[in-house]
Amino acid sequence: MPDSILVIVEQREGKLNRVSWETLTAGQALAAETGWTLEAAVVGSSVVNFANEVAGKKVAKVYALESPKLEPYTPDAFAAGLKQFIASRQPKLVLLPHTYQVRDFIPKLATAMERTAISDCVGYKKEGDKLLFTRQMFQGKLAADVSFTCDAPWFVTFQNGAFRGDKVEAGASSAPVETVKVEIADGVIRNRPQEVFKEAKQAVDLTQAEIIVSVGRGIKEQKNIDLAKQLAEALGGELAASRPICDSGWLPMDRQIGSSGQTVAPKLYLALGISGAIQHIVGMKGSRAIIAINKDSEAPIFEIADYAVVGNLFDIVPSLIEEVKKAKAGS
Amino acid sequence: MKILVCMKQVPQKDAPLKLNDAGTWIREDVSYEVNEPDAFALEEALRQKEKHSGEVVVITAGPVRAQQVLREALAKGADRAIHLEDNAFVGLDASNTARAFAAAIKEEKFDLIFTGLQSDDYGYAQTGVVLAELLGWPHATIIMQIEKTDAGIKVKRELEAGYFQFVDMPLPAVLTIQSGINKLRYATLIGIKQAKNKPLRKVALAEVQSAIGSNMQKIERLYIPQKTKNTEFLEGAPGEVAKKLVEKLRNDVRVL
Repeated sequence: MPDSILVIVEQREGKLNRVSWETLTAGQALAAETGWTLEAAVVGSSVVNFANEVAGKKVAKVYALESPKLEPYTPDAFAAGLKQFIASRQPKLVLLPHTYQVRDFIPKLATAMERTAISDCVGYKKEGDKLLFTRQMFQGKLAADVSFTCDAPWFVTFQNGAFRGDKVEAGASSAPVETVKVEIADGVIRNRPQEVFKEAKQAVDLTQAEIIVSVGRGIKEQKNIDLAKQLAEALGGELAASRPICDSGWLPMDRQIGSSGQTVAPKLYLALGISGAIQHIVGMKGSRAIIAINKDSEAPIFEIADYAVVGNLFDIVPSLIEEVKKAKAGS
Repeated sequence: MKILVCMKQVPQKDAPLKLNDAGTWIREDVSYEVNEPDAFALEEALRQKEKHSGEVVVITAGPVRAQQVLREALAKGADRAIHLEDNAFVGLDASNTARAFAAAIKEEKFDLIFTGLQSDDYGYAQTGVVLAELLGWPHATIIMQIEKTDAGIKVKRELEAGYFQFVDMPLPAVLTIQSGINKLRYATLIGIKQAKNKPLRKVALAEVQSAIGSNMQKIERLYIPQKTKNTEFLEGAPGEVAKKLVEKLRNDVRVL
């Protein structure tokens, strides 16, 4: 079998997870550089429609891995089904998006195959014959290039936004789609999941806001949030926060930006006292303009900021509110 | 309920990190603290013990300094600690760390094993799930709630974008715990005092060596990230900076 790259495309609740296009873009880039064949697989109970959608992209073949036991998602079923398939197809590289679902099964699948996964990668490098995968370490303060020291298959998950889903290449013609029936024995599945649901009454849709003023732990106390609120109001924007602020109940959960909350890409994202932990950054790095105010000059948020202020937000924000109001009054 | 909590000691959040000469790891002369997600996992275990009675055991793999994490856990209310003590444990990947843990707890009968959902230094989010597979146990990740049921437990799994899912599971099971599941307690003075008398078993590398293989992945180099953005730092007194920001907001960002 020629060397291949297998992209596992994610579908959930009847929809293709759009982050899968990013993984496919990564697969296309790696295929171009290595000369390996690119294939994709969708996993579920009835996924031929999704496979057909993927087949419209530049990919050699798409598999629909099917079993009624693959719906709803459980780690036992996904690991068992994918292990069978990967053992038979023997790809060199298996690529997945670093979604909460993938995090739930990929270490199990890799271990079951006596392999390992390099997770949450933001890119790759090819140095001679060697493939290195780049990941953030220490919450973004340092970067690491990581290699596999074991045999294939090599499992890699890519961080949201590491590749551009809109850059995925379309195929010249539709790729062949093959349905593969997967056997999952009785007793393999131990978890019994219920329906997925949304908890917070979505009082505000932050994805529609043009301007977002966001607070992190640097805001120190709940009462200080009022300062950020005033700035948001002065700018005509929405208030948001990183996870710890919402966990503490200082702002409701529907104000949370990050991997567990909303992903936004406003015209302006103003980060106050936010260090820039990875789980937060993935939710806002697509913002068109990022302004960060933080007293720690080493804060990882400064790596993605367009304009940066190293200073005390409690001194700067009141002045900023004043200046914004003056500007809006036309002076 | 007999609960094991796997904990890790990581560099402090705001510790300035320097690369070692080889550029393969950080210089270890920094301050350390408990991995925050693991602190939430411990707190959850202590609450489950308070509700259902039982025992909470904490385990860590790391150098002598990592004992601090166990001491704090005992002071908060954990009953026993296990320290896989060796510098070599720092360099093990998640697969090997999980193998070491599995070997160290071979003789025990836990109902639940908790880990934090990921570590703040590596951020792989794998050790708990690997451990579950090695033990042959069911698992669930990014957990925000745990309830005891007749058949085992019912957990609330966190998904992206504000979605959640309840899952019924049998015991024993491994759960990776999400930050913010609860509010962390402080150790009391009595707790700190009592901690000194609680059992702390040391496990040498040699004892678990046969369970560990060579790492299946390797950090070839560690480095300060290359900036892709051209960040403009604005300086001056607060009033000055505010004016500069407004100028950017007006002319460059165009929101004013």
